[in-house]
Amino acid sequence: MVSGCFHCGSALGDPRYAVVLGAERAFCCSACEAVARTITQAGLQAYYETRSAAAAKPEAKPIAPFPADISSTALILERIRCAACLWLIEAQLGRQPGVTHASVNYATRRAQVAWDPKVTSLAALIGAIRAVGYDAVPYEPRQQEALERRERRAALWRLFVAAFGAMQVMMYAFPAYVDELGPEAAQLMRWASLLITLPVVLFSCGPFFAGARREIGQRRIGLDTPIALGIAFGFAASAWATLRGAGEVYFDSISMLAFLLLGARYLENAARRRAGLALDPLLSWQPQRRLSVGEAIRVAPGERVPADGVVLEGSSSADESLLTGEARPVAKRAGDEVVGGSVNLEQPLLVRVTRTGAETRAAGIARLAERALASKPRLVAAAERVARHLTWVVLVLAAAAGLHAGDPWIAVAVLVVACPCALALAAPIVLTRASGVLMRRGVLLARAGALQALERVTDVVLDKTGTLTTGRLGVTRVTTLGALTPDTCLDLAHSLEAASRHPVARAFQNRGQSPISCRGPRHFPGGGIEAIVDGRRVRIGTEAFCQPLCGTPPARFDGSHVFLATQEGWLAAFELADMLRPGAARFVAALKAEGLEVHLASGDRAQVGAALARTLWIEHATGGMTPEDKDAYVARLQAHGKVVAMVGDGLNDAPVLGRADVSFAMAGGADAAQLKADVILMNDRLESVVATLHVARRAMRLVRQNIVWALAYNAIALPLAAGGWIGPWEAALAMGASSLTVLVNALRPLGRESAWKASTFSFRSRSPSYS
Amino acid sequence: MESLYLLVPVSVALVFVTGWAFWRALESGQFDDLERPAHDILTDDDRGNRPPPE
Repeated sequence: MVSGCFHCGSALGDPRYAVVLGAERAFCCSACEAVARTITQAGLQAYYETRSAAAAKPEAKPIAPFPADISSTALILERIRCAACLWLIEAQLGRQPGVTHASVNYATRRAQVAWDPKVTSLAALIGAIRAVGYDAVPYEPRQQEALERRERRAALWRLFVAAFGAMQVMMYAFPAYVDELGPEAAQLMRWASLLITLPVVLFSCGPFFAGARREIGQRRIGLDTPIALGIAFGFAASAWATLRGAGEVYFDSISMLAFLLLGARYLENAARRRAGLALDPLLSWQPQRRLSVGEAIRVAPGERVPADGVVLEGSSSADESLLTGEARPVAKRAGDEVVGGSVNLEQPLLVRVTRTGAETRAAGIARLAERALASKPRLVAAAERVARHLTWVVLVLAAAAGLHAGDPWIAVAVLVVACPCALALAAPIVLTRASGVLMRRGVLLARAGALQALERVTDVVLDKTGTLTTGRLGVTRVTTLGALTPDTCLDLAHSLEAASRHPVARAFQNRGQSPISCRGPRHFPGGGIEAIVDGRRVRIGTEAFCQPLCGTPPARFDGSHVFLATQEGWLAAFELADMLRPGAARFVAALKAEGLEVHLASGDRAQVGAALARTLWIEHATGGMTPEDKDAYVARLQAHGKVVAMVGDGLNDAPVLGRADVSFAMAGGADAAQLKADVILMNDRLESVVATLHVARRAMRLVRQNIVWALAYNAIALPLAAGGWIGPWEAALAMGASSLTVLVNALRPLGRESAWKASTFSFRSRSPSYS
Repeated sequence: MESLYLLVPVSVALVFVTGWAFWRALESGQFDDLERPAHDILTDDDRGNRPPPE
């Protein structure tokens, strides 16, 4: 906590101070300061002591009410059980007249819908979702939390009833297994078991029956039907035997089965919730300010341009690195085009809108990526397909075996012994756990299917700006041209640039307070800054800008230099470069140690890329690439049978991120890239790519083991049960053991998960005394 | 063996009592966040301040 904002950890540009935890702390902006003050005033400072990571930078977001004419929203979906449910909702929404877009996210169980308000309405769409047996509510954070809490409590309550019931029924069943009880004592035990199994079946197993009813109603047999049938049939037969006082009872098998299945489901939900929580800020939907073509808008300095347009008035420069990958700002004058998503840097601009929303260049790139990404995790999808077929086989086999032997208990044994859940549940658990483990390390897995491709990656293509580099300029070398020392020159530059927000200015601003003061600094867009120091005119900026002051410079410098000059003569040339991200060299070395080929694909000038490649020992480097070039480059690698991982940043990478087998994006990058990339590095650390690779390998190994186990188990157990060699209670035991095996295997560690502990304790060791 | 006729009904009643107790705990929010309590031991009691809920 030595440098950076105390609240969010960002770099300190123009720091503000407030007293927190008994000491003065620096904050990067008024928003962070305000949040810290609020926390302190509420007496919640302990937050700063116990947190294990810096807070997110607070944002002043407008509150978005739902007007009557809204045409898109996010919906929370309820009662979701599996991927098929989500597919169903997506299809149902897509079928509705007037719906222009519908997509469902499995991790968060949320749907994004857009529609034509003239044709349909939000109420009609929710009605359509209800019609297929689900429910949906428009997204509002508070409502979402209350809803989740209700669902979670109900699930835990069901699980407890099943677990406790199973334990107790087992106690009553045990004497009957080991010892001959008298008929009266046995009957007492049966009645007790019946009484306790009743809530387990009626209450705890509710979701299975509801699911089965829905599946039968839709004529799509899923995983719930055989389970519900087995439980219902087993309970009915046992209850009948109890009432008659003769025959076998299997209350223990039934309640045990319910407990194991509910336990697996609960763990899966918990893992998904954990992954979903971290996704929230990404998906919270904000309506965009409505603009129409031809409208004139004012874009303040530091603001993002909301749409594509043409400058009407003003002169400034824009940071278009989001779209072009070029870190250098581009000068903008009246008549120049500005692209939506670029940042206006210096002076306010008046812009006439030429393209809005979906027509903007940024949106076009995002759409391209969307199309490229319409794929699903293959191995898991295949397993789910097999599981669906398996349930049909089980139903037919149960009926056939029961009828053939004339013994209904054989049918129950077949229904119970079949373990499609090993196929259908174990893979999602591993995948959600993998995303949980990664999330705790600051890595967001946006597409679980990416894990499968990650495992087989042979080549890694790296972008330059914003990926290997921070995307911020820094001074790499000072060449003095006059009598002043390099330090004095830097101080002078700092004082001239102190008030500017230009990226070039930021390169000089990390030197604390400058001892030199200047008067009346003036901006010359595309040129530099002029000010008066000790009664002398001093200029900092391009060579062409400084030249009128003092003539030709003594040596030749290329375009990446900034000059400092006075009336008397040249003072210094500063070499500026995009600063290398810390750990970039170690990262490249680690990738090579994994046996991967490393490529550099840069949108920057070719020499810059080549120099960087030499520094980092990257053999394959290409510069000056357009997004289309990068796309073609990856396609060429893939044509040679390579599995390509792309690490990028910024909107211009979106198509190639979609083309690559696996894509990584730095969270500091563009919004669209964040949503489109498979893996998002929230912590902005390159090393996380390697960590993700390790987790993916381990996770896929576990998934594969589980699938093999589930197939082998079903292949052996089903014929045995159908042949009458396995009774219902043995079937339940085998099925339970199989579920547990798969579950325990799925819960094996995916990597070292104790990293946060170390950080918590190191944070505590600071222990300020202020009590 | 006669004691079974008392003990088995008592155990059945106990199951329902335990179930009710768990339900009370659940409704009071005891199981809503299973992670924060683990962090609470790191926060000194005398201050009485806790991190804000998620």
